[in-house]
Amino acid sequence: MSEKLYNNLLFQSIFLMSFLILVGLLIPNWLVFVITKAIAYGLVGLGIITLMRGGLVSFGQGFVFGIGGYTAGLLGTQAGLTDAMLLLFVSFLFTGLVGLIIAPLLARYRDIFFAMLSLAFSMVLYGILIKIDAIGGSDGFVLPESTYFGIKPSSEYADYVLYVVAIIMTGFISILLRYYYDSTPGLIALAVRENELRVEYLGSSAFNVAVLNFTIAAGLGGMGGALNGIALGHIDPEFTYWTTSGEFVFISILAGYLSVPAVFLAALLLELVRSFSGRYFPDTWQLILGLFLILSIIFIPSGIGSFFKQFFDRLKKSK
Amino acid sequence: MSKQSLLRAENVNKSFGAVVAANNININIDKGEKVSLIGSNGAGKTTFMNMVTGYLKPDTGHIYLKNEEITQLDPRIITQKGISRSFQIPQIFEPMTAWENLLIALGTSQKKHSYFKNARSKENGDFIDEILNRFALNEFAHRQVSELPGGVRKLLDIAMALVRKPDILLLDEPTSGVGAEEKYPLMDTIAKALSGQGLTVIFVEHDMDIVQNYSDRIIAFYQGAVIADGNGSTVLNDSNVKKYVTGKTEVKAKL
Repeated sequence: MSEKLYNNLLFQSIFLMSFLILVGLLIPNWLVFVITKAIAYGLVGLGIITLMRGGLVSFGQGFVFGIGGYTAGLLGTQAGLTDAMLLLFVSFLFTGLVGLIIAPLLARYRDIFFAMLSLAFSMVLYGILIKIDAIGGSDGFVLPESTYFGIKPSSEYADYVLYVVAIIMTGFISILLRYYYDSTPGLIALAVRENELRVEYLGSSAFNVAVLNFTIAAGLGGMGGALNGIALGHIDPEFTYWTTSGEFVFISILAGYLSVPAVFLAALLLELVRSFSGRYFPDTWQLILGLFLILSIIFIPSGIGSFFKQFFDRLKKSK
Repeated sequence: MSKQSLLRAENVNKSFGAVVAANNININIDKGEKVSLIGSNGAGKTTFMNMVTGYLKPDTGHIYLKNEEITQLDPRIITQKGISRSFQIPQIFEPMTAWENLLIALGTSQKKHSYFKNARSKENGDFIDEILNRFALNEFAHRQVSELPGGVRKLLDIAMALVRKPDILLLDEPTSGVGAEEKYPLMDTIAKALSGQGLTVIFVEHDMDIVQNYSDRIIAFYQGAVIADGNGSTVLNDSNVKKYVTGKTEVKAKL
């Protein structure tokens, strides 16, 4: 194996994806489901760290998470579209388009104003969804079982097949995002985070950076919502509720904005904490989660991603 | 207006409430000139600079760059049209290295971007190394800029403004906050880095020795108005300039 291949991002990612797909065959079904959910939440978190790289944090990603979930659900129930890959892709595109439409309004605001405006969008959507009885109101509705290239997997393997699809689609999206982060526009976004005025005086638009990043975050959020809906087989207005949005912010803070894999690890940690505390400490999982967040902020303020970055930086230096 | 006119301000006025920051300013700057703006604090130098770069909009009057009106344009567009600036307090990206700061400056100057090509390409790296070399910043290239000394931060701020290859470079107090013994080496490095490019340089400065040695034209401001405009000896010996700006009875120009 040449050193060049070893250092190749695409090769590393395909290796990791293959490993995770194989691992999925060895782990229990409940863990496959938990990881799939973590991927769904991680996609939304990935959108938030894309925004964070440009100096913005959204408190209302439940808005796009919900739109993505309802898009997949309504396409399944109303249009008979059940192909999971197609549903994920269409949800990504549609929610990205919604994001592109509202981004010019949001991009005019910064800091807490941006965060609260995004939260306001999610609350408006929540308020609308619980009132529409035709799509289940506050109970939501059940999604039809998913197919893959026209084939419906047996119930025994349904979770695993969705897990594989989620790993592959998310893997390639993560690669594209890593390329974007390392590109010139990706670096300009980091510069906006540090000093927006200087970026303008260097001839670039901080507004355009915010629009682009919000659109990406919306697409990712929509895809995450669709994946979550397909995994659960159910969608309801809770997808857009402010506590759901808070969980995405939790994932992003825990992960930091330096590493893509860290977001999925943070999402997995959230899911595991939720699962185990739900089982062993019923009705107190928010307490566990809160303590977990306090410790994270105190001891790893730059997030799990900072460990990853330090590790890879040391690896490069040692070479 | 001369044939080589690059920057022109016509009847420019600006007030902040009762304070007149620009009082009927008429200035014409030709290509290649090295112009210093002098005046006491609050005289209107930085206001003029901020209006030229689009940060402030004049109440009345017009500003032209290469005969194209730029009065109401935003800083980003004015930068794209050919005016770059540095700042009194360097506006650099603190958590990054000097090399990364220049990489971002280079990225913002490029018209076409690939969203999937690594910005740290050899081509970009070679260009940045050349800029670092020109500003004698090589040894600081991979240090985080928040750790760098004041003079180096000033140089980096100016180098970032220069990456775009502007027609006009505005320097806001390039030696402020720098020790007296560092001022001349700093200005020498800047002058050397800018030489041979036909660049028009306008800088705000309080140190009259620096002004005399590094500019070929001086514009003096007082209470928002231009009170003298010409070569060093003419301006620095002007009675109004002595009274309101330098506070000296006689100045021997070194130009």
